[in-house]
Amino acid sequence: MNKIWIIAKRELRSFFDSLMAYVIIILFLGFSGFFTWIFGSDIFLVGQASLQSFFGISFWTLFFFIPAITMGLLAEERKSGTLELLVTKPVSDWQIIAGKFLAAFLLICITLLLTLPYYLTVANIGKIDHGAVLMGYLGLLFMSASYISIGILASSITSNQIVAFLVALFIGIFFHLIFGLVSSTSGGWFAGLLGYLSLATHFESMARGVIDSKDILYFISIIFGGLLGTELVLSRRSVSN
Amino acid sequence: MEVSVENLTKSYGFQKAVDSISFKVNTGEIVGFLGPNGAGKTTTMKIITCFMAPNEGDVKVGGMSVQANPEEVKRHIGYLPETNPLYKEMPVIDYLKFVAEIQNVPKPRIRDRIFEMVNVCGLKGEKFKKIGELSKGYQQRVGLAQALIHDPAVLILDEPTSGLDPNQIVEIRELIKKIGREKTVILSSHILAEVEATCDRILIINKGKLVADSTATTLRKQAQDKEIVKVTIEDGDRNEIYSSLQGLETVELVDLLPHNTQAFEVQSKAAMNSRKAIFRLCVDKGWSLTEMTPVERKLEEVFRDLTVTN
Repeated sequence: MNKIWIIAKRELRSFFDSLMAYVIIILFLGFSGFFTWIFGSDIFLVGQASLQSFFGISFWTLFFFIPAITMGLLAEERKSGTLELLVTKPVSDWQIIAGKFLAAFLLICITLLLTLPYYLTVANIGKIDHGAVLMGYLGLLFMSASYISIGILASSITSNQIVAFLVALFIGIFFHLIFGLVSSTSGGWFAGLLGYLSLATHFESMARGVIDSKDILYFISIIFGGLLGTELVLSRRSVSN
Repeated sequence: MEVSVENLTKSYGFQKAVDSISFKVNTGEIVGFLGPNGAGKTTTMKIITCFMAPNEGDVKVGGMSVQANPEEVKRHIGYLPETNPLYKEMPVIDYLKFVAEIQNVPKPRIRDRIFEMVNVCGLKGEKFKKIGELSKGYQQRVGLAQALIHDPAVLILDEPTSGLDPNQIVEIRELIKKIGREKTVILSSHILAEVEATCDRILIINKGKLVADSTATTLRKQAQDKEIVKVTIEDGDRNEIYSSLQGLETVELVDLLPHNTQAFEVQSKAAMNSRKAIFRLCVDKGWSLTEMTPVERKLEEVFRDLTVTN
């Protein structure tokens, strides 16, 4: 655990040193703030004291920003050769991966924490469903964790950050959109299966304030699936590099 | 802590990078790993440091196998890879702290160790600079500092002096020698003079196979099994001198040297000495012997013999 934290700490620091963290935070707050308060189906148009519109827009902004955070995590280490140095230190591959995951997850946590004023504002101007807000945030966190895990997997297979970014988006878009779309236009068990695989379905049920162990299980399977896949890729390092 | 490599084999696809190599390095020994590019030096080092797994065979560091117990092995190894990868955006001191933490240096000792490494590796003036801003020589020192920070029992250095200026090369060599007194050091290089200057023993590897394992002096002796002297004899007919030299009992072969018509290279038979006989011959015939120099075979030639003909 200690080793994971050492790696996460360094990674988090390099996010802030490279300005990546600031760019992500500012862009995210800018986009989500604009569509939550000013434009489109914003809070005033909806006329309800809820953060539904914020969760809706975050659902998309995070989808695009997370691959940008994760793309360098392993690809850059592979490219510069520091991966060799890291894996020859007394840490396991799993600790390296978990540390990187934790760093990206903490960055998302910090970003989401900065939207707390949205909640406080809305809670002041109307009667808000605190439980639903909590569930919405939880949904965002689970979704982020899933995409971070997919992003790390994408980052582990290449030494090119752009490729890592695109691969993460490509895998992500299936969970984010395509499974849901195909499921709604087909029928039978196949539609059911795709419906279950669609991340949007699980996120929406959480964002509405409903918690179900099935949803949690779904997110946790994606997270561990991605991380274990990454471990598998790293363990095959003898072939490349 | 001793390192023993047992029948190590590693292939990339169909190509065998390392072909059943075995050797042993004892505590307090500095071993030089020599070989042409692509001979398998780096691959062997990558296996010893647990970066890669071998296809066959095993490496034991202090009796622990790199395959069964990598975590424990890695703790005792300091490794400087050939490309010296570093986190360029980190300041030197933060980087050393990170490595110290990850190498299990106890917290209260981290400060002292960093201070010591900064001193030993001559990084005092650069410790707050970002690694990417340092020159190649200083980056090499940072690489060495990170390899040494946890005071490892075994040091694996892949071409540690590449990219350094002559002064730095001497400094790093001295440093390695000093460290090597109580540690096990394996360093690779293709500079023979360097290996000769720093190492107690030389391993020469070619096309994945170990072709020599001995000290520099034995390697030299091996090559100088047959004495060769260069002689210049004047005041005589060239052909007569040639045939007389060839007629000496101890002489195996006489070579006429180009450019200088009176100079010859005389190779004696194994374990024989023909210098006295050459002198007597000149006295008897009334020739003037103006030069007689033993020809020393360079380590370079030994290296070439071992790695090219094989």
